[in-house]
Amino acid sequence: MGSHVHTPISERHSEKPVFSAEKMVEVQRVINEYPEGKSKSALIRILHIAEESFGGWLSIETMDYVAEILKIEPIEVYEVATFYTMFNVQPVGNYVFEVCRTGPCMLVGSDQLIDYIGNKLDIKVGETTKDGMFTLKTAECLGACGYGPMLQCGKKYHEHLNPEKVDKLIDAYRSGNTNIEI
Amino acid sequence: MGRRLLLEHDNVPGIETIEVYRKHGGYRSVEKALKTMSPENVLEEVQKSGLRGRGGAGFPTGMKWSFLAKPEGVPRYLLCNADESEPGTFKDRYLMEKIPHLLIEGMITSSYALGANLSFIYIRGEYMWVLDILEKAIAEAYANGFLGKNILGSGFDLDLRVAPGGGAYICGEETALIESLEGKRGNPRIKPPFPAVKGLWGCPTVVNNVESIAAVVPIVNDGGEEYAKIGLGKSTGTKLISACGNLARPGVYEIEMGITVEEFIYGDEWCRGIANGKKLKACVPGGSSVPILPHYLVTKTAAGEDRLMTYESLSDGGFATGSMLGSGGFIVFDEDQCIVRNTWNFARFYAHESCGQCSPCREGTGWMEKVLHRLEHGQGNMRDIDLLAEINKKIEGNTICPLGDAAAWPVAAAIRHFRDEFEWHVNERTESQTRNYGLAKEISFAR
Repeated sequence: MGSHVHTPISERHSEKPVFSAEKMVEVQRVINEYPEGKSKSALIRILHIAEESFGGWLSIETMDYVAEILKIEPIEVYEVATFYTMFNVQPVGNYVFEVCRTGPCMLVGSDQLIDYIGNKLDIKVGETTKDGMFTLKTAECLGACGYGPMLQCGKKYHEHLNPEKVDKLIDAYRSGNTNIEI
Repeated sequence: MGRRLLLEHDNVPGIETIEVYRKHGGYRSVEKALKTMSPENVLEEVQKSGLRGRGGAGFPTGMKWSFLAKPEGVPRYLLCNADESEPGTFKDRYLMEKIPHLLIEGMITSSYALGANLSFIYIRGEYMWVLDILEKAIAEAYANGFLGKNILGSGFDLDLRVAPGGGAYICGEETALIESLEGKRGNPRIKPPFPAVKGLWGCPTVVNNVESIAAVVPIVNDGGEEYAKIGLGKSTGTKLISACGNLARPGVYEIEMGITVEEFIYGDEWCRGIANGKKLKACVPGGSSVPILPHYLVTKTAAGEDRLMTYESLSDGGFATGSMLGSGGFIVFDEDQCIVRNTWNFARFYAHESCGQCSPCREGTGWMEKVLHRLEHGQGNMRDIDLLAEINKKIEGNTICPLGDAAAWPVAAAIRHFRDEFEWHVNERTESQTRNYGLAKEISFAR
């Protein structure tokens, strides 16, 4: 899975991350879904909430904070965060485009889609645009095989993509319109 | 039009709400089971139905349930496997997105049969918006007395939760799923002990696929015998097929098991043939892990009989000339597709998704990806083709979980049926970078 936790000091959060009161309610609700003594089961879901709350990625400080909340060792959080590919342990752009590249999507043009987006944003896969707006990643099968080529951004799936739709999508996100239905 | 037991109401407006769902007969199985049947009665009906696990392995669901240990004073758990990640498979997503209450109803009825008072739906993290749909529906079910304490006055209590994964194919393996649900890395466990004895938090646990759990609803409503009348032989009932690749009409279809593959690919009711008027080159009928079939073995078996959409017919001929129904991820390749490229693509998938626990899989999937990468990119040699077969043998059967086998089988099958194309990539390194094998060789396909 190949990600590293080691992050240059300069890229760390300067202040200790703290969930907003509203998010803390959500975190508590998730913890309470599990029987007493089994709160570690809430870890993955809380990491999703943490990523959403703290800039789209998990810094060491964020992971330590989650460990504190769940009363587990930090290493128990690191090993999980680095195992699951959805978690970013390096900083990312405001919007992360994850383009599915697996077989069924490839059959309907995902290679070309990845090239198109890369050229359009002038970045390679894994890179972030200079303005910090977009990160381009590839993903393995996202379960949209009949609706490809496609990409995921946040919670949203954008399916049946072509260059025109990608243009519209990028324009919309750039102007802050994340509710676009494409 | 075949009978549809699961998706009958998928296009009814508002079917995702409990109100509309109930108007169309929803939650009848819960009332029937809790008010008129014992847990054992429900198990008997599932056994009679012949239902086989819809996640891919096809293991009889009733038998799996019957293995569940029931020690006094120890909680038991039912986990729904909604980690759908097998390339080509998107049927569970469709079902949950469209008719979330069907899964919830199945979870309640099944939990009652198994004596579970706390059950979980483990859903892949990428389906986060589906998780929202499920949680909304679960809240409705609580509000209507189908979840919580003393459901419908029966004395049966059930809490139902949804837990997301974080993006890991391996968590579809049931013991990896359990590890993940415990908040750990998704490393599969050594079996035995099986989850039926020691599963979630060390307690007896059953893990079932979304579609299997949903199928319990019609089985309880109509009876196991009625369900078993649909389908053919040991392939009873209906099956969701997610059709994709180069098809005129990809999508999720519910079929009665036993229709011909020919009808499914070319029929008006189903996929309507190959996209853009092209010809069929190959098909992977049950998700990326199952062997690929060349066009002449897709609609006919090696013996010349019609190939049917059943567990038995799709595997007719074994791995030599057959494949598997698997998860129902039905991937179709048109004449322009490169088998070497696709095999490399799948190998890359498995190399990426290997959890890294067992050396043969961790190293072997990586090697296969590298060797296939060079073959595909005009840098391979003839020895590489046999090297792949050798790596294959060293992975297969030597790992804790079946991911190793799943990585090995598609490569072995691709070489078995398309060796010419692999050799052509070695002999015509330059040409293979710009032209398609079929076009270069003027191969004519069956249709």
